[in-house]
Amino acid sequence: MSIWVFAELKDGAYRRVAYEMVSKARSLADERGCDVGVVVFGRAIEDPRQQLGAYGADQVLVVDDAALETYMPDAYASACVELIRAQHPEIVLFATSSIGSDLAPIVAERLDTGLVTDAVAVESVEGQLVCTRQPYSGKVLQDVVFAEQAIPHLVTVRPKTLELAIPDENRSACVLVQSVAGFGDVRQNIRDVVRKVSERAELAEADYVVAGGRGLKGPDGFKLLEGLADQLGAAIGASRPAVDDGWIDIQYQVGQTGKTVAPQLYIACGISGSIQHMAGMSASKCIVAINNDPDADIFRVADYGIVADLFDAVPLMTEEFARIKNA
Amino acid sequence: MKITVCIKSAVDTEAVVALDGQGALDSDRASYIIDPYSEFAVEKAIQLKESGAADEVSVLCIGDEASMPAMRHALAMGADAAYRVDDPLLAGSDSSALAQTLAAALRSIDCDFIMGGCKSADTANAQLMGRVSVILDMPHIGVATGVDLENGRAMVRREIDDGVELLDVALPAVVTAQQGLAEPRYPKVPDIMRSKKKPVTVWTLADIGVNVDMVGEHAAKTVTHAFKLKPERVGGRIMEGEPADAVRDTVAALYNEAKVM
Repeated sequence: MSIWVFAELKDGAYRRVAYEMVSKARSLADERGCDVGVVVFGRAIEDPRQQLGAYGADQVLVVDDAALETYMPDAYASACVELIRAQHPEIVLFATSSIGSDLAPIVAERLDTGLVTDAVAVESVEGQLVCTRQPYSGKVLQDVVFAEQAIPHLVTVRPKTLELAIPDENRSACVLVQSVAGFGDVRQNIRDVVRKVSERAELAEADYVVAGGRGLKGPDGFKLLEGLADQLGAAIGASRPAVDDGWIDIQYQVGQTGKTVAPQLYIACGISGSIQHMAGMSASKCIVAINNDPDADIFRVADYGIVADLFDAVPLMTEEFARIKNA
Repeated sequence: MKITVCIKSAVDTEAVVALDGQGALDSDRASYIIDPYSEFAVEKAIQLKESGAADEVSVLCIGDEASMPAMRHALAMGADAAYRVDDPLLAGSDSSALAQTLAAALRSIDCDFIMGGCKSADTANAQLMGRVSVILDMPHIGVATGVDLENGRAMVRREIDDGVELLDVALPAVVTAQQGLAEPRYPKVPDIMRSKKKPVTVWTLADIGVNVDMVGEHAAKTVTHAFKLKPERVGGRIMEGEPADAVRDTVAALYNEAKVM
């Protein structure tokens, strides 16, 4: 009996969401009296354990193969399905990431089982797994359960929604190297991968986000935001109009058709606050809005609203944060 | 080269979302539109036809009469034919059952390339087309922001968390649309008039050979247990004074009041 977490490595380190999922898996496993296994795919994985044991993993199941160096839908799905069929975990958690969201439905259909996507809560209620998600632009809370025969229960989990456990440095996980019979017919052919490498925090996992919209008046407006973001160690975000107008790349878009974020602090600059944008950032712990339109919808959800020209207010804010830091 | 686009008639989330007495979506008060992700896929398919890379575009939808406006919209955009699967036995179906239904319908439509939305804006389950690809034993590429068809292959640009990937795959294949794939056109009145003459075929589950044991509530692998409106986030306060004062007070509040620093 086990609960598995499919963990992704990024530049050799596990993404924060992996530890969030392991923490949850540990508490579910403690209730059920079973183990937590973390599945990792890659090539020449240097340190598969890292902190996984401290957060509650018992085993790290590693498949290390050239075929898995880059995410390939067919190869990852075949390996995942083979491991699950051989070892029968009860529950498998994936992240709502570009890999997890792509992989989980394929694995679910191949295993003829159920999948709940983009869960913001995963709880055990009277022995039954209940996952909460937020459809309808985040306006609705939907609790979903699995039919008994839908084993394993598959879930993709939204980053920054599950609590991190307090790590126990005395706890360690053992590494179990797995081999799979094959990766099946890998039909997709990758020609190129272009990563936008940034020193900045990644949007979906950032604790601080500085975002800009139409009020920035052009791509140069984002340079202003970068000054503030640098001061805070924040990620940069954008609303859809800024992306549609080509001012910034789509990977920075926050909203219904972009990314969903849940930082400690979200500073919305020149963003009017459409429902679609709010769907992507309403889970932020604290929202600050800077907009020169006092009637902008964003002020209805912002904890602190500054009605001002952002070209004045943003540099002032950058200076103020710098002043406090240096004081 | 025939393209079939799976479309969804979805609840307009800009409109009011209300729940009925049982805590389910009040569909009488909801307004339905073509789901935006489906629409990106339809637009791309039509552009591929216009460029000569495809000969025919059809659209496929699961739904009752209420889904006709979405289908008519796709036909007015330029699709040549529409298919709809409408059967009361589908009530309570989960993604797995809907995927079986779409797959069975797709088998009845002669097509070389299947598209759809990477998710829907209303329920956002984002698993249907992936499942369809497995049932049809076709390769799947999701979240596409670019698609070309060349020499029996689909060349796809796909969005990943921190950049883009360029891939290609032999047809037949399933590719799903992300925002940025294609900006949907607004059909003009002549297009709308023309669309009224285009064929719409309505199928029951029996027509496409779907086993009733695979659909409906009893077959569901995931079940909605509760549905409630999320409490709306309440706004805080507007900071008074000149920008310098408002900014200073805000930053102080972030440290001392909100304690997020």
